[in-house]
Amino acid sequence: MTRTWVVVPTYNEASVVGDVIRDLVAEFTYVVCVDDGSTDGSADVALAAGAHVVTHPVNLGQGASLQTGFDYALLDPDMTEVLCFDADGQHQISDARAMIERLHAEDLAIVTGSRFLDDRTELGALKRLTLRTAARISRITTGKALTDAHNGLRVLRRDVLERVRITQNRMAHASELVDLLAATGMPWKEHPTHIVYTDYSRSKGQSLLNGVNILVELLFK
Amino acid sequence: MTIILQITTVVVISVATFMLTRSRGARHQAIRRVLLMMFVIAAASSVFVPEWWTKAANFVGVGRGTDLLLYLLVLVFLTYVATTYRRFRHIEEQNTELARGLALLQARQPRTPGPVAGDDHPTA
Repeated sequence: MTRTWVVVPTYNEASVVGDVIRDLVAEFTYVVCVDDGSTDGSADVALAAGAHVVTHPVNLGQGASLQTGFDYALLDPDMTEVLCFDADGQHQISDARAMIERLHAEDLAIVTGSRFLDDRTELGALKRLTLRTAARISRITTGKALTDAHNGLRVLRRDVLERVRITQNRMAHASELVDLLAATGMPWKEHPTHIVYTDYSRSKGQSLLNGVNILVELLFK
Repeated sequence: MTIILQITTVVVISVATFMLTRSRGARHQAIRRVLLMMFVIAAASSVFVPEWWTKAANFVGVGRGTDLLLYLLVLVFLTYVATTYRRFRHIEEQNTELARGLALLQARQPRTPGPVAGDDHPTA
């Protein structure tokens, strides 16, 4: 018997997190929303939508939120894997479901999403270049040949979560997680995912400056 | 600037980097305090007996005592930045663990476990 816990890090996403959580609960039942000190009532919206809610008393960052979600999921002895899912609705539940099935079918420990394995995701040329460069650099530093190192959609098996601890609270956590996951040496595949960039997710700072941050952190971590 | 000052610069930067990566402890703190004390004495002496600084500057091949003081100030500042960064990171990690522990203790569970789709009214 398998049990997937969905970890949804949230920071001031009250207008969208309710719908995302409702869809997730309908599909997976076990959903924990890690509220990173939101001031707009995101936590109450998530709770009403059927998620378990863990609230950071102060804002710590997305890396810290993921780790808190992992810790919460690990409290359930029946949890077999964790699915990381962004609160802004840019991920597809069908992708997530397929990734979990693939984890079990191919006996993998890690399945991460990639925007570059098919052409469903529409990306601007500059953003594409930034993300491809980031993936190439992380390939050099970790030895892991990834096509997309900064995709929020991830499935991690329990034994991976027991060995990994994110200490980079903020922007650098994505690169750190790639390093940590690569260091476990456990079987890892990428899965094609469709990221939908809505006006909402664009307005949440998925700007090119973010790409600069990613590149700088990869070089000076 | 001669080789002596260049070597000193490299050594201080290396020590700063070393302190960035190595474990902290009482010994490092003691060393930092001794260095800081030396720096304070040096700075004070530069006002009262600037000739010492000029002599020291000439000895290591820097023109004026004030120039030497500036170079030293830069090095001390770099060391300060390095150690402060490390201490800040440490405090941040402790803060994260405290906040996480509190968050997990106060976790809230949904009233009706399982899906009850569509019965929630969006909060205005």
